[in-house]
Amino acid sequence: MAEAIEVRGLTRKFGDFVAVDDLSFTVKQGEIFGFLGANGAGKSTTIRMLCGLLRPTAGSALVGGIDVGRDPEGVKRRIGYMSQRFSLYEPLTVDQNIQFFGGVYGLSGERFAERRRFVLAMAGLEGREKMLTRDLPGGWRQRLALGCAILHEPSIVFLDEPTGGVDPLSRRRFWDLIGDLSAKGVTVLVTTHYLDEAEHCHRLAIIHAGKLAALGTASELKQVFASRPIVEIQAPQPVRAMAVLDGLEMVEKTSLFGTAVHAVMRDTRTTPAMLAERLAEAGVTVRGIGPVSPSLEDVFLDVVERSLDRVERSLDRVERSLDRVGKHAGAA
Amino acid sequence: MGKILAVGAKEMRQILRDRRTLLILLFIPAFFLLLYGYALSFDIRNVRLAVQDRDRSTASRELVSSFVNSGYFALVGYEDSDAALARLVDEGKVRAILSIPAGLERDLALKRPVTVQVVIDGDNANTAATVSGYARLLIAEFGAVQMKTLLLAAGSPPVVIAEPRIWYNPQLRSALFLVPGLIAYISMITAVVSTALSVVREKERGTMEQVRMAPVGPVSYILGKTLPYLAISFTSAVLIVLAAMLLFDLPMRGSWLLLLFSIGLFLVGAQAQGLLISTIADTQQVAFQIALLSSMLPTMILSGFIFPISSMPAVVQAITHIVPARYFLVALRAIVLKGADITAFWQDLVALAIFATVAMGLASLRLRKEWA
Repeated sequence: MAEAIEVRGLTRKFGDFVAVDDLSFTVKQGEIFGFLGANGAGKSTTIRMLCGLLRPTAGSALVGGIDVGRDPEGVKRRIGYMSQRFSLYEPLTVDQNIQFFGGVYGLSGERFAERRRFVLAMAGLEGREKMLTRDLPGGWRQRLALGCAILHEPSIVFLDEPTGGVDPLSRRRFWDLIGDLSAKGVTVLVTTHYLDEAEHCHRLAIIHAGKLAALGTASELKQVFASRPIVEIQAPQPVRAMAVLDGLEMVEKTSLFGTAVHAVMRDTRTTPAMLAERLAEAGVTVRGIGPVSPSLEDVFLDVVERSLDRVERSLDRVERSLDRVGKHAGAA
Repeated sequence: MGKILAVGAKEMRQILRDRRTLLILLFIPAFFLLLYGYALSFDIRNVRLAVQDRDRSTASRELVSSFVNSGYFALVGYEDSDAALARLVDEGKVRAILSIPAGLERDLALKRPVTVQVVIDGDNANTAATVSGYARLLIAEFGAVQMKTLLLAAGSPPVVIAEPRIWYNPQLRSALFLVPGLIAYISMITAVVSTALSVVREKERGTMEQVRMAPVGPVSYILGKTLPYLAISFTSAVLIVLAAMLLFDLPMRGSWLLLLFSIGLFLVGAQAQGLLISTIADTQQVAFQIALLSSMLPTMILSGFIFPISSMPAVVQAITHIVPARYFLVALRAIVLKGADITAFWQDLVALAIFATVAMGLASLRLRKEWA
């Protein structure tokens, strides 16, 4: 299948700050591609570049075969965009919003009428055309925003945190709509920080500090734990349990998951029973212990921590070389 | 074209939906005209006057009646005692005293100089200065009339006597001078503020980003957004002019077509200024403050609205050249008060056009940078 999005060495600087740092990836047509990252990781900046809103400082991006740096207007005609703010005109009615976006995308006549019917049906807003947008509940507003973004039948849709502030049922319905789009061959690039939602994506990219930290399907990403099993420990005093576990040589690291503790083993030889024994020796009460399959949250935390380690290591290197320079200077 | 229409239709619907703002835009300006028009007046009328007439002659009566008939003074009464007069002023019952010496008529007949005293309560310096001006004028007029009668009676050769005539505003009503300024002042503020806010609101709500993602150029977007406001500011400006004609007897001596054209040109410039502000400000609050300050102060102070430009220091005079209201006022006063045709003020219209072009150019440069 053709590549819908091709990103090569995409970089964006704001002054000295590198918001997006040498990003490369491709998205296939019809794929749901998830962009994960903490706030400020560079997700929105990347999307804005891909939509032709922001010029890249370096690198290139082809969206629908068009170079965003050369022809941003051409890109804009082929894509749909919806942001976390569901940027509709709230004082206007449902219908007036559809008319406006139909107008700016140059739809008219029969085509507009047909697309309008489609959007109303998709968003479940038939019979509510005259309602003011600001009076719609969040979920409806979100679906209307999606409808307005795909009114002109774009082949690529960018969704920037589209499910913020929406109830779980509406979120579920929204992801069903995204699945429908993808089934029709529409490419969807979506950013989110709801990790449970990320499971809906065909492939995921984890962005950290502007860099691509991991890329693959959810199960591929979870492979990082293939040689490092995760053990879940239920303990009445999870923080104490963590302190004990962190002191064990077979445990790589621990993290808190609700009231449970996830401990990552250094190798596959360590069994939950061995951990239970050591915890008992230390006098920590354990209610339950057993292996768990890694969640995307485990993956995300792991990826982010490792890239933080990398940053720390390189900072250490810089410090050491500065020390050396200092000593040389002292000797001279 | 279709896109400008789409943006314009959306904007118009948004304005119509927001009845309160629409009413504010349309009628508050006329209301302001009322407020300012009645409050802002340099005319002083019916100053309470006491007269100390020690002459009690035909001449002295003539002088007193010239004061009373002028309309500037209202006669409270005659009083001879100095102490009683002082008390009247102290108690605020009287703001001016006209004191006529004994022998006024006799001295006039003998062609001897006479001194008439006017005492004015100086607790408000502005009023006192104005009242003193009126009094001086009335006494000078009285003197001139007396002199003329005497000279004619004696068959002497005529001497030069000033007979001032004030054109276009013979009663020197300050309203006629101020109302065109108010029209400029109010229209300017409305146009700048409404345009700036309408764009910044979209920035704040995020709808602008959504529109930027669509294939709409900044030019179509801006035209679509500003044209509805132009129509509204225009309507509002015409309403103010009509209100001024009704309430303040503002004459309309020139061509309506020229008037509407000048208003349009002025408003386009004001909108361009509003747009420029919207490219600088990111929140409605900031936009509102900049828009208000940048439209209100220069139009009030540097346009010739209240303070004549010719009496400003050279540096300030130079600054007034970038205040569009300055040019608009010249055109407005020329059309409305003088019925002048375009040859009298075409330079001012050109200046307005230049202001609009430059402001629009700067705004679109900045917007283009921001747009993509």
